[in-house]
Amino acid sequence: MSASVVTAPVLTARGLVKRYGSVTALSGADFDLMPGEILGVIGDNGAGKSTLIKCLTGAEIADEGEVRLDDQPVRFANPLAARAAGIETVYQSLAVCPSLDIAANLFLGRERLKKGVLGTVFRQLDHKGMREEAASQLSSLGVLTVQNMNQAVETLSGGQRQAVAVSRAGAFGSRLVVMDEPTAALGVKESNRVLGLIRSIRDRGIPVVLISHNMPHVFEVADRIHIQRLGRRVAVVTPATHTMSDAVAIMTGAMEPPTT
Amino acid sequence: MTIQAESAPPASAAEPRVGLGRRIQRVLHAQPILGPVLVLVAALLVFSIISPSRFASAETVILILRQTAPIAVLAIGQTIIILTAGIDLSVGAIMVLSMITMAKLNAEQGVPGPLALLIGFVVGLACGAVNGLLVTRLRLPPFIVTLGTFSIFFAINLLYSKSATIRGTDMSGVLNFLGDGVDIGGTFITYGIVLMLALFALMAYVLRNTPWGRHVYAVGDDIEAARLSGIRVTRVLLSVYLVAGLLCAVAAWVLIGRVGSASPQSGQTENLASITAVVLGGTSLFGGRGLVLGTLIGALVVTTFSVGLGIAGVDQQWQLLVTGLLVIGAVTLDQWIRRVKI
Repeated sequence: MSASVVTAPVLTARGLVKRYGSVTALSGADFDLMPGEILGVIGDNGAGKSTLIKCLTGAEIADEGEVRLDDQPVRFANPLAARAAGIETVYQSLAVCPSLDIAANLFLGRERLKKGVLGTVFRQLDHKGMREEAASQLSSLGVLTVQNMNQAVETLSGGQRQAVAVSRAGAFGSRLVVMDEPTAALGVKESNRVLGLIRSIRDRGIPVVLISHNMPHVFEVADRIHIQRLGRRVAVVTPATHTMSDAVAIMTGAMEPPTT
Repeated sequence: MTIQAESAPPASAAEPRVGLGRRIQRVLHAQPILGPVLVLVAALLVFSIISPSRFASAETVILILRQTAPIAVLAIGQTIIILTAGIDLSVGAIMVLSMITMAKLNAEQGVPGPLALLIGFVVGLACGAVNGLLVTRLRLPPFIVTLGTFSIFFAINLLYSKSATIRGTDMSGVLNFLGDGVDIGGTFITYGIVLMLALFALMAYVLRNTPWGRHVYAVGDDIEAARLSGIRVTRVLLSVYLVAGLLCAVAAWVLIGRVGSASPQSGQTENLASITAVVLGGTSLFGGRGLVLGTLIGALVVTTFSVGLGIAGVDQQWQLLVTGLLVIGAVTLDQWIRRVKI
């Protein structure tokens, strides 16, 4: 616990418990996200990965336990509250509206209004400003070659849609970004691009939580890896100290977790 | 990761042999309002050829606009509901209930015109609130909710009015106001027409240029994505039903001006007519796509056929049949356009 003197974690959780009826999804789970890192979260089906993330991002409220953001206790009633606190989530479903254009999707739910009377009285959207900002966000993440923010998202490929969702999180996530299986539906080339995006968000100083089933992807980009098993964190390893098969063995219970 | 412009390139020599059908499909996909406009222009042309002396005149245009006004105003409300992937089968009943309320309060119970009008608007809002609350709080499908409320609102209207029509001459000037108008170069443009056009312009602005408008589209497009993006989905849906309810009451006011009386038996065909106008206007029944100006064109198409066939001396039954064909044609065209390969 002396580590907190050196660098304080951005987001921590202690002893989270979540029950759904007779099923216990989380049984005293801990969680730590350090500044400027990519934290992989792995675990077998039913290990409580999704529930853990939901409790951290306001999609669920834990029955017991405590979540702290920047060492302040927080209790998010819904995903909006988490977002307001600077936690952005890229859902597996992406949460983009296909018939709306790229700029509209990037600013969905937090549209910008024009300055002055047009904005305050006539509630007029700042179309131009949002397009420009969207273009600059996408290009700063290296996502953009042709500037056509008016293009409907449904005309984009799966990887490009993912890029829009990731850019949105990167643009608004002031404290941290959570990504749920961002490469699940993508081919090799597109997956690599998304992994590159995750790195560029980290390189901006925003820590990223990456939940994935894909071990090679996790080991490729993660700085530390949180291993979830039977509703709790059993180990935190790094790609430097453990191999992929070690991680799988810890995840499935075939290997004793390292004592820290 | 690159996002490239994947919109259809101009059909130039660079593109080898794009079929005419495919090209039309692309153009219509990019400009969905073009289809309805073409149908309207074609209809106007055909009827002008069939009845050159009687159809092709300023009076006919004004007649079409006057007949369109009440349905078109209803259809504005229907459009925003359909944009959220809902449907409102009760708009006609809300209209007639609001109409009877304002007419009866004023003509028979001595309530001053402006106040009676205001109460009529409140009735429209209240009916919209009932629909909206049933859809959002009880999470019932809009189709079922409004199927039920149609009967309820219509029954209340019959009970309250005792099925008696109220003459416009018994009502005060405010209620008849939208039947008045101005004479511009020999053509009489009613205030009802002006109000209808103003409401379309206003709704087009709101849908395109305000956060609320964008949220209406987002909710209809993908409700879960909208929720996760931080849109207060319930609030958007409720507001849409409220606005639609108010527009029904405005349509009631337009209808009094148009007909010169308030009949508790009206409003029954307007339900489906409003949906017809929205569909003909190119708005998708699956939500998230469409333009309110398309609805204006769609409503004009319906009236143009009815007026045109009437002038040509064709039976009412045929007009109904043609409307049915138009609707099926419009939906088929819509499906074809959506399958566009870019």
